[in-house]
Amino acid sequence: MRSVRLFLRAFLGRWTTPLSVLLLLAVVGMAATAPLLFPEDPWSMVTMPLQWPGENPEYPLGSDALGRDLAAGVFHGARVSLLIGLAATAASAGLGIAVGALAGYYGGWVDDVLMRVTEAFQTIPPFIFTIVVVTLLVPSVPVVVLAIALVSWPTVARLVRAEFLALRDRDFVQSCHAIGMGGPRIMVTQMLPNTLAPVIVTTSIGVATAILTESSLAFLGLGDPNVMSWGTIIASGREMLRTNWYLTAIPGVAILVTVLALNLIGEGLNDALNPRLRNR
Amino acid sequence: MGRFVLRRLAQAVPTVLLILVINFTVLHAAPGDAADVLAGEAGSATPEYLAALRERYGLDQPLPVQLGRYVLNTLRFDLGFSPRYGVPVAALILGRLPATLLLMAASLTLAFVVGVALGVTAARNVGRPMDGMISVLALLCYATPTFWIGLMMIVLFGVRLQWLPTGGMTDLSATHAGLAAVWDVARHAVMPAAALSLFYVAIATRLMRASMLEAYGADWVRTARAKGLGEGRIATRHVLRNALLPIVTVTGLQVGSVLGGAVLVETVFAWPGLGRLAYEAVFQRDFNLLMGILVASSLLVIIVNIAVDLLYTVIDPRIELPT
Repeated sequence: MRSVRLFLRAFLGRWTTPLSVLLLLAVVGMAATAPLLFPEDPWSMVTMPLQWPGENPEYPLGSDALGRDLAAGVFHGARVSLLIGLAATAASAGLGIAVGALAGYYGGWVDDVLMRVTEAFQTIPPFIFTIVVVTLLVPSVPVVVLAIALVSWPTVARLVRAEFLALRDRDFVQSCHAIGMGGPRIMVTQMLPNTLAPVIVTTSIGVATAILTESSLAFLGLGDPNVMSWGTIIASGREMLRTNWYLTAIPGVAILVTVLALNLIGEGLNDALNPRLRNR
Repeated sequence: MGRFVLRRLAQAVPTVLLILVINFTVLHAAPGDAADVLAGEAGSATPEYLAALRERYGLDQPLPVQLGRYVLNTLRFDLGFSPRYGVPVAALILGRLPATLLLMAASLTLAFVVGVALGVTAARNVGRPMDGMISVLALLCYATPTFWIGLMMIVLFGVRLQWLPTGGMTDLSATHAGLAAVWDVARHAVMPAAALSLFYVAIATRLMRASMLEAYGADWVRTARAKGLGEGRIATRHVLRNALLPIVTVTGLQVGSVLGGAVLVETVFAWPGLGRLAYEAVFQRDFNLLMGILVASSLLVIIVNIAVDLLYTVIDPRIELPT
C-alpha cells in the first residue's frame, strides 16, 4: 500500500497529470459509449448536409457534405484511434523487447546483427516506410497496425538492450546462472521485470505517436476504408475547407487532445517510475 | 576530412544493403506477382511495362538472384521507369528533390532558431511562470498533427486574412525574375515550413532547456561568474555554445521523420517536392516510383547524418574526426 501511495504521489505530482488522466478517460468514454449513443453507422446520412455546430441541437457538432453526423464520426473515430494505437504499441513493444533482450543478453555476434538491423530500420524514414507497407499490403486495420509496429519497435529495442547490458553482470543474474537457471528463464523472469519501468514510459508515448501516424495515414487515404477514423473525417472535410472548416477543425482537436493527454501521462509515469530522471 | 567522409560512407554500406533487403522483403510480402504489385492495379500498365518490370527484377529467376539484381540496379541509381510520367524514376526524384530540401532546410532552421530561443528563455527563468508557459507551448506543438495545423493555417492566413498563398511553390499567374522570384517562393514557403517545423520546435525547446540547465551547473560557468561576466554574456558565450551539441545530434536523428512530415505538408500545400511525389505515386498506384522514393530518402538520411558529424567539429573544436 505504501508503495502504491508513493507511486501515486509521484505520478500526480504535476498538475498536468490529473488533467491528462481526465482527458484520456473522456476519450476512452467516447470510445466506449459510441455504439450506445450513436447506434447508427457513422457513415450513414442522417440529416441535412453542412449544418454548422450548434445549428441543430440534435446534431451538436454539425454534419458533413453528405449529411453524416460529425459527432457520431468523432465518437466512433475514438474507438479506431485507441484500438490501433494500443494494438500497434503492444506489437512494437513485444518485438522491441524480444530483439533488445536477445541483443543485450547474448551480446557478441547476436548483438551485432540485431543492432545492424535496428539501425537500418531507424535510417529508413518511418512515415514513408509505413506508407509503402500499407499501400503494398492493401490498407486494413491489421496492416496499419503492422506498419506502425514495424517502424516503432527500434526505440524499445535500444532501450531494453541498454538495460539488459547493464543488468547482465549484476549479482542477482550471476547467481541465477550459478543455480543453473536457463537463459530464456533468466531473461523473462529475472531481468525483464527490472527493465519494465522505462519500457512503460516509452509505450505510453508510443501510443500517442501511433495515433498520430494512424490519423496521418487515414488523411492520405491509406486508412482502412471500412472504419471511420479521425484522419478520414479530416480528409473528407478538407474538400470543404474554405467554407466549412469545422469539419476539419473538430476531429483535429480530438487527435490533439488524445495525443497531448497520452504524452502528459507518459511524463507523469516517468516522474513516478524513473525518479532519478525527473526534470529532464 | 576526406578520409573521414570515405570511412563513414564505407560504414553506411551494410546499412544500405540491409535497407534494400528490407524493401525487397516488403515487396515480396505483398499479395501477387511483384510485377503486378509494382505496376499497380490501375489497369493502365501495358504488357510492355510489365515485361520490362519482370526483366528488370528478373522475376523468373530464383529469389536470391532477384535480390542481387535489385541491389545492383539500385546501387547504380537505376530505379526503373515511371510509365505515368514517362521518365526514369531517378530523374523524377532528382527533379523533385530541391523543393523538398528547401522546405526541410527552412523548417529545420526555423525550428532550431525558435526552439533555441524558447529553450534558453525557459532555462533562464527555470521554475517561473514563463518556464511553465513555454513547456505547455512545447507540449502543444508536440501533440499537434502536422497536416491538421497546415489546414488550419490555410483557413486562417490563406482564406480569412488572405496574407499568404495557400498552395504551390510559385505564383502561376505571374512570372517573376530575380529578387521578386525569391520573394514569391519565400511567401509560398512560409506556411509549409512553419507547419512542418512545429514538431521540431517542441523537441528543440525541451532539449535546449535541459542541456542549458545542465551546462549552467558546470564549473566554467561558476568561473565565468567569478570573473564578473554578465548573465547575458555567460548565457550566450559559455552556456549556449556547449548546450548546442545535443540539439545538432537530435536534428540529424530527426531527418527521417522530417521527410515523412514533408509527405503530409507537401500534400496539404501542393508543394512540388519528393513528399508530394510519394503521395502522387500512392494515388496513381505507381509502386515502383514509391519504392524508389523510399530508397532515395533513406540515402538522404545517411548523407545528412554524415554532414551532421562534420558540423560537430565546427561547433566544438575539441572534437576531432576519427580517421
